[in-house]
Amino acid sequence: MRYLPLSDADRSEMLRVIGANSVDDLFVDVPEAAKLTGKIEDLPDHASELSVERQLGALARRNIAAGEVPFFLGCGAYRHHIPASVDHIIQRGEFLTSYTPYQPEIAQGTLQALFEFQTQVARLYGCDVANSSMYDGSTACWEAIAMAGRVTRRNKALLSSGLHPHYVSLAKTMAKFTGDDLVHQAPTLEAGTDIDALQIDGETSCVVVQYPDILGRIADLSGLAARCQAAGALLVVVNTEPVALGAIKAPGEMGADIVVGEGQSIGVGLQFGGPYCGLFATRDKYVRQLPGRLVGETVDAEGKRGFVLTLSTREQHIRREKATSNICTSSVLCALAWTAHMTLLGEKGLRQLAALNHAKAVAAADRLAKVPGVELINDSFFNEFTLRLSKPSRQIVRDLADRRILAGVSLGRLYPDDGDIEHGLVVAVTETTTEEDVETLASALQEVLA
Amino acid sequence: MTINQSGWRPGTPEASGESTDTFTGNRALMLEEPLLFEIGDTQTTGVDFAEAPAGPSRLGGLERNRDIGLAGLSEPETVRHYTRLSRQNYAIDLGVFPLGSCTMKHNPRLNEKVARMPGFADIHPLQPVDTVQGALAVIQNLAVWLIKLTGMHGVAMSPKAGAHGELCGLLCIRSALEARGDPREVILVPESAHGTNPATAAFAGYRVENIPATEAGRVDVAALKARLGADVAGVMITNPNTCGLFEPDMIEISEAVHAAGGFVYCDGANFNAIVGRVRPGDLGIDAMHINLHKTFSTPHGGGGPGSGPVVLSEALAPYGPLPFVALQPDGHYALVEEENAPELHPHGFGRMTAFHGQMGMFTRALSYILSHGADGLRQVAEDAVLNANYVLRSMEDLLDAPFGASGPCMHEALFSDRGFGGDISTLDLAKALIDEGFHPMTMYFPLVVHGAMLIEPTETESKATLDQFIGALRSVAKRAKAGDQSLKAAPVHAPRRRLDETLAARKPVLVYREPEQAEAAE
Repeated sequence: MRYLPLSDADRSEMLRVIGANSVDDLFVDVPEAAKLTGKIEDLPDHASELSVERQLGALARRNIAAGEVPFFLGCGAYRHHIPASVDHIIQRGEFLTSYTPYQPEIAQGTLQALFEFQTQVARLYGCDVANSSMYDGSTACWEAIAMAGRVTRRNKALLSSGLHPHYVSLAKTMAKFTGDDLVHQAPTLEAGTDIDALQIDGETSCVVVQYPDILGRIADLSGLAARCQAAGALLVVVNTEPVALGAIKAPGEMGADIVVGEGQSIGVGLQFGGPYCGLFATRDKYVRQLPGRLVGETVDAEGKRGFVLTLSTREQHIRREKATSNICTSSVLCALAWTAHMTLLGEKGLRQLAALNHAKAVAAADRLAKVPGVELINDSFFNEFTLRLSKPSRQIVRDLADRRILAGVSLGRLYPDDGDIEHGLVVAVTETTTEEDVETLASALQEVLA
Repeated sequence: MTINQSGWRPGTPEASGESTDTFTGNRALMLEEPLLFEIGDTQTTGVDFAEAPAGPSRLGGLERNRDIGLAGLSEPETVRHYTRLSRQNYAIDLGVFPLGSCTMKHNPRLNEKVARMPGFADIHPLQPVDTVQGALAVIQNLAVWLIKLTGMHGVAMSPKAGAHGELCGLLCIRSALEARGDPREVILVPESAHGTNPATAAFAGYRVENIPATEAGRVDVAALKARLGADVAGVMITNPNTCGLFEPDMIEISEAVHAAGGFVYCDGANFNAIVGRVRPGDLGIDAMHINLHKTFSTPHGGGGPGSGPVVLSEALAPYGPLPFVALQPDGHYALVEEENAPELHPHGFGRMTAFHGQMGMFTRALSYILSHGADGLRQVAEDAVLNANYVLRSMEDLLDAPFGASGPCMHEALFSDRGFGGDISTLDLAKALIDEGFHPMTMYFPLVVHGAMLIEPTETESKATLDQFIGALRSVAKRAKAGDQSLKAAPVHAPRRRLDETLAARKPVLVYREPEQAEAAE
């Protein structure tokens, strides 16, 4: 077996050193009733590299890859071009095959990269500090709600209707067990959001708003931030498209207390939903309530600058049941991809990328709105907008997939029982989308809606 | 900010010792690297974009006006920056990474190649299911392997890492108890457990109580049984445990917990020791997470991403999370999610992450499993256990092995600091191992052993490599026992000497600030 270096001669010699007759002697503590002696039925034996590559290649070909067809899906995961050097960097064995940097003298590579990552995330979000990543945006969102509960010692969270329904679903799951009170309504197909109608009171721990929201709408959060502050609640802002923040105001700039999001757009591919990269940032004064790992600057015994994991008294391996979160392994390699891609972009590149995304989305929205039976819902959007179709969008999406067009995300799938919203189709347009793609979608939509 | 043209030096040059006394601070191939923000600037970019067509924006009047402060580098500078950083990391690709309980085994590169096939890497999680049948097949095939290897009834694939899997298991337990109209409050956790166990139990709303260990490094079964009762929802046990030992009374423990109306959660971090030789389902376990980034070789990446599918017993499977893949009689793969759950999975506790879990890890793990096959996986466990026992018996004359007398270990060997001379500690020994070119073992864990050193070589180390590792470990162990004060200075050959962690925690600097800002903040 190609991954196992021991030879039979090695094994015999090692058993002699150990003083055992056979490897079975090493499993003496396993009760007889639980020992597997024969083979597990129906499971095949080992296979060559060529054979495995063929088997999995055959499965890969049963999927329609985004790059093969006109592609318009978003809603929390976006297709962007990732420079080739990003993948080269994360495949460096020193990054790929290293562990969590508990031995800082021989992990400065990961630690410095994470310190740079924390700085980039904090600046992008307009916050003081950021942690070194969470599993993904959805779990980061729940951790933000939990953190707001610790900070305010209250347990009612208001979730705006524009929050990603999976994020809402996850929060509802957790709240069932923690006893938190969640207030949420599904969105409606309108240009305006519900943020001005949210009833913040003395029980409210936080208000959670997505920016841009699930329908692509962008709302000024400054007034909401002031209302939160007046009521002693925290404003949690969720962002699922970090590229947008190259064009629109940072949530921190508008007064957000905690900003979390999905980092996938930068450096991490679509990958059918994971692994992704959760981003988490906040104000300096809440740093000891942060979940997850933090990298901090220090010096070594010779006075040289270096980096270490720090403030770990918040974490499970020290605090056990009193930890701020149970998270251990997070998403460091994705964070490395994120920071490498962001370094390649730089401020100039990010702003160009954002401008290009927005301009293409504006052109696409205008073109698609001309199709009979299609109405553009949004007044404001970045690279993603919602169309109201004259027919339920779910079947339309399936019909277009049959024509090898991946037309967007049908809101009927995300909100299965919510009536009118089944006519909504969320369309994302990025730098990877061509004018031909938009034309193809527009003419196919016209046909299937006719 | 640009580099000092006279040559960039890390830290304060006057404090540097003789060994760094070069113009640049470099030592031949050991290269210093400034922070991105010290070499890049906001006008430099490593990408080229087409000009965006001009036109009015529709950003709701929220255009970003202020500078963001994101430094950029050209492509050659970017590649060099990260390559130079990478060389300051230890990695499995460089040598033994004997971290107990972490299972740092070789990461096969076929897995990386497969995961990057466009049909897996470039598909969106919300594509119509007809366009992702191959992806759903990967999830389903891996699920079947995990179920068969563990002898369990079902598996929840979506948890993102081990601790997330623990949460999934406990939420299943809580849901099952609540469905029975018997909500309970307490989770029992052995003293030797990973920190994630009590943290997860608290996160899921339980009160945590500790169960002591016996002198032989096992769960104190009598104490456990004495504590069971109507308020105990379940126990979280690690098997093989964190002392590197199999819990021989596991079946008895499970029966007692079940008789008291509770459930048994198993931390599957150490599954590598028993894969193909023992099925947790035969031990009476109700839920166990499997770290794909341990047993099934997906790369740890410096701290994730991981993946923590949870296998479930027949009693708990109905409560598992959404979404999951269902193979239909016609061979079509369907997704069970919020929409059809009321009909197909009415008791599920709900969603615990957006989308479907760590697909990129599923492809890698399946590639690994198919490569090994059933026969190879069994050999994995045997070689992992053989390698650990070889280390145990090669060291126990020199290092105290607190449970060495009670029989063989499983996949990891545990030692204590007993007999170290003077004020030499486990930390000193570990740092000296760095100078020998090895990553240290897990230190000070489990908590039940003083100055613990937990060594897990894994099956992917050759005998020659282990012999060299053992030689180095014997050498530093002798120095530790002799009270050799030079160990206090170790490491001296690493990119950094020991770092001041107290300073880092006392005055946290968590983001870079330009020197003028940093001064203003003082």
